[in-house]
Amino acid sequence: MTVSRFYSPQSIAEATAILRQQSGCQVLAGGTDLLVQMRNGVKQPEYIVDIKEIPGIRDVTLTNQGLTLGAAAPAQSVTERPDIAAAYPGLVEAIDMIGSTQIQGRCSVGGNLCNASPAADTVPALIAVGAVCHVVGGEGVRQVRVEDFNTGPGENCLKRDELLISLFIPRPGVGSADAYLRFTPRTEMDIAVVGAGVSLSLDPMGTVSAARVAIGAAAPTALLVEEAAAAIIGTTLEESALAALAAAAGAAASPISDKRGSAGYRTKVVGVMARRAAQIACDRAQQRQRRAH
Amino acid sequence: MRDAVTNRFKVIGTRSVRPDGIEKVTGQANYGADYSLPGMLWAKVLRSPHAHARITSIDLSAALAMPGVHAAITSDVFPDLKAGMEDSGEGEVDFHDLSCNVMARDKVLYHGHAVAAVAATSERIAEQALAAIKVDYEVLPHVVDIGVAMAADAPVLHQDMFTVGLAEPAAAPSNIASRSEISQGDLAAGFAQADIIVERSYRIPTAHQGYIEPHACVVSVNQDGQVDIWASSQGHFMVRDYTSKVLGVAVGSIKVTPAEIGGGFGGKTTVYLEPVAAALSARSGRPVKMVMTREEVFRATGPAAAGIVNVRIGARDDGKLTAMDSEVILDAGAYKGSPAATGARCMYAPYNCDNRRTVALDVVTNTAKTAAYRAPGAPQAHLGVECVLNEIADSLDIDPIDLRLLNAVDEGDRAFFGAKYRAIGLKQTLEAAKAHPNYHRPLANGQGRGVAVGFWFNFGLQSSATINVHEGGTVAVITGNPDIGGSRASMALMAAEALGVPLETIKPHIADTESVGYNDLTGGSRTTFASGWAVINAAEKIVESCRQRAAALWEVDVETVSWADGAAVCAGHDPLTLAQLAAKADVTGGPLTASASLNAKGAGPGFAVSLCDVSVDRDTGKVDIISFTALQDVGKAIHPGYVEGQMEGGAVQGIGWALNEEYIFDSQGRLENPGFLDYRMPVASDLPMIDTVIIECPNPGHPYGVRGVGEPPICAPMPAVTTAVNHAIGAHLTTLPLTPERVLAALDSL
Repeated sequence: MTVSRFYSPQSIAEATAILRQQSGCQVLAGGTDLLVQMRNGVKQPEYIVDIKEIPGIRDVTLTNQGLTLGAAAPAQSVTERPDIAAAYPGLVEAIDMIGSTQIQGRCSVGGNLCNASPAADTVPALIAVGAVCHVVGGEGVRQVRVEDFNTGPGENCLKRDELLISLFIPRPGVGSADAYLRFTPRTEMDIAVVGAGVSLSLDPMGTVSAARVAIGAAAPTALLVEEAAAAIIGTTLEESALAALAAAAGAAASPISDKRGSAGYRTKVVGVMARRAAQIACDRAQQRQRRAH
Repeated sequence: MRDAVTNRFKVIGTRSVRPDGIEKVTGQANYGADYSLPGMLWAKVLRSPHAHARITSIDLSAALAMPGVHAAITSDVFPDLKAGMEDSGEGEVDFHDLSCNVMARDKVLYHGHAVAAVAATSERIAEQALAAIKVDYEVLPHVVDIGVAMAADAPVLHQDMFTVGLAEPAAAPSNIASRSEISQGDLAAGFAQADIIVERSYRIPTAHQGYIEPHACVVSVNQDGQVDIWASSQGHFMVRDYTSKVLGVAVGSIKVTPAEIGGGFGGKTTVYLEPVAAALSARSGRPVKMVMTREEVFRATGPAAAGIVNVRIGARDDGKLTAMDSEVILDAGAYKGSPAATGARCMYAPYNCDNRRTVALDVVTNTAKTAAYRAPGAPQAHLGVECVLNEIADSLDIDPIDLRLLNAVDEGDRAFFGAKYRAIGLKQTLEAAKAHPNYHRPLANGQGRGVAVGFWFNFGLQSSATINVHEGGTVAVITGNPDIGGSRASMALMAAEALGVPLETIKPHIADTESVGYNDLTGGSRTTFASGWAVINAAEKIVESCRQRAAALWEVDVETVSWADGAAVCAGHDPLTLAQLAAKADVTGGPLTASASLNAKGAGPGFAVSLCDVSVDRDTGKVDIISFTALQDVGKAIHPGYVEGQMEGGAVQGIGWALNEEYIFDSQGRLENPGFLDYRMPVASDLPMIDTVIIECPNPGHPYGVRGVGEPPICAPMPAVTTAVNHAIGAHLTTLPLTPERVLAALDSL
């Protein structure tokens, strides 16, 4: 592992200029994936571009409109905020599943997304809450929905001179809530065999009026499963609706078999996680409705 | 009984502060990787990328030409040792195999097998030099599964291996190294008497001990041939003796200084690095340091044997066992020597039955040579017997503890493995389990309970101790076994007890191989028993010397002098304390010191009982342990806190092996999970608090009643967990680990 130069750009423009001028760059945020990949030889970048010095890139801001997560904001700066957990309980649960307390002091949600692991916990949770990526490059600015960001295992849609700057998540309404569940054989220090994030909105009668269902570790990238959402929209999450949601999640899955689980097992359990997450999201939405009254 | 024992003692049995505690919690204690010497080089090992291949050539020249590289070796530098088993103290070792495992000769036998090594001025240069070594391999078909390895058409690892122990001499080489059989009574008649017969076949995966400290050493070979080794191991005399064999250097030329040990569990009872570092140091003229990575530990150090255990047991309607017939097939890894026969000798040890047989098969595969892991062979063997007994209890509608009490061995019974039991605490332990509130907790839907018994012989073997009493009354207690589970505390407690002095005055030390008499390695749960006994004997010599010195000072007959509360006592004189006598040592015969050595006999067998409750998620197959109770007859708990620690640790390791731990190989025989992320040992949040119950049935073979405690605790958890899961889901799972996927498949097939 030989890195010939380490850059600490002080602005977005400086960062994108370095990325444009040098090939063989690797962007560094918390480094909790990159350093491990460099150690075991998976990545051998010639140049490292540490983006943490860019003003604002580690900021976390919650307003009435929504949550803005700077791309290099450490997980800890989200998980330690009760106001964020109250607004996006499922997303924060997913962030809190990353690594350990020590890892969470370094790792970022943005890095978790860019690393493009199919099993990343935050990605289905971000998709479920409708997160949008703010991307800046030499050719300007663009917005990319999280479900469109990753293109395959370890691959994302960023061009060579593009940087993920922040993620924006719209604030959920009164009758809305999210949840994320993953399955691991151990309670922690593990990687998802499958995961599922669900956000949903209830109308005043308690019927699901809108929903987003996303699954992780069940395909080359985390997927938004519209059929699964359709299965519960217009229902009160009765058993048949939940069964249809689970079936749709399983049908959307195209997992691999590996040491962490067979394709068959993943397909079965992703539906279980999705229906349980939907139930939790629904319970939370009902609580919010009750509190609002 | 327990009270009588407790009252005998003033110091032992207390939960004293650990003498090595402050150093360890403050990070000042030196483990294997903490040692450095001036001018030291770093060495790295080139390892085989193939599971089975012939080495056709190795070219070190490019590596040796690199700046910073001081030496590079292959197995050519080691003498080609004669094959054949040699007694090494705690078991037989084939030093030809050991040498080939340290560095491969003509063939590599597993992925990760050491092929060459380089010493360089930095770790990084050594790693780069490894990449410059050119090795040509002729890849051979491989086999990593014992079931497949036994087939007639399996790739044969060793062309010179012919199964030992067959009625007819083997005609062709085989991966079955040996077959051994023990039988008694008339099996056919026994099964004919049975009202119920249950027969099952169990599969147990390869599991690693998972000690937190990777293997590490520093070795310096001087110009006069003196070899100095600093290393973490379960026995520095073992490191000295094994390194001596592999190098072909006299034992007297090697000195080993023990580092602190960060866990071993049986896995540090052999050498991997020390002979390599010594050969590199001899060639470079510099000290050489080696530290394994975690991946190397998983790929190339000895895990516990995978197994196939076939069990058939018959019983009468009243629960009396009439016949037991078992086959224990264990994976030795690349070289013979699995603990199959040991496991077979343990599996019936808790029970009486007139008609029984065990057949043990030792099988080699293209996997790392296995090593000991707490009660080697016993957990695998017990899994089969204990699960089948639980099934019999279910079928007969007998409480599983009652079934065991009905058949349990007791004092005077002859054990299956041949010995006659002296006082043992099996029945007491079973009664305590039956009376425990956890055994009566109502189970909810989806929950299940399992009970199992475990057994380990416990060893004695050779130990030495020296005690030096300093002016001021401080007592140095010097022993020669690494402190792997709190042995400094145990030695200090026993010395304080025997001398009658306050515990705070005792300073336990672990000396190098030149500074204390010989000690067999820490294994077989022998250290507290045997080394502790050497300490007691040395302390009694000190007491005897003190009485004589006091008698001389008082000018009285020594028979009138007694020893009480750390002082010589005689009517008409003020008592002379140990400190006072030490101060007068110069005028009473010189320094107050004593040594004792022994080859300890009389190790008392240990029995343990596990009670386990689980809850199973029927949608995912995930098993949660909701309650676990470990009960054990420990003879006498010298330090109850550390005894409980042994019981809890054994429970947790057994639970991990039952539920998630396993070696996963790809189609090329490469280990896919050589790290703690995917080799899933339980983490703290996976487990409930482990409840422990210490039973004390004193071992009549030890002055303080001690039995070994480190090994029985891992023997019963696997069958207890497996039975609990089977009860929870109404299935008969027999293949471990009981992963969520396997449990869900069983649920789906019901």
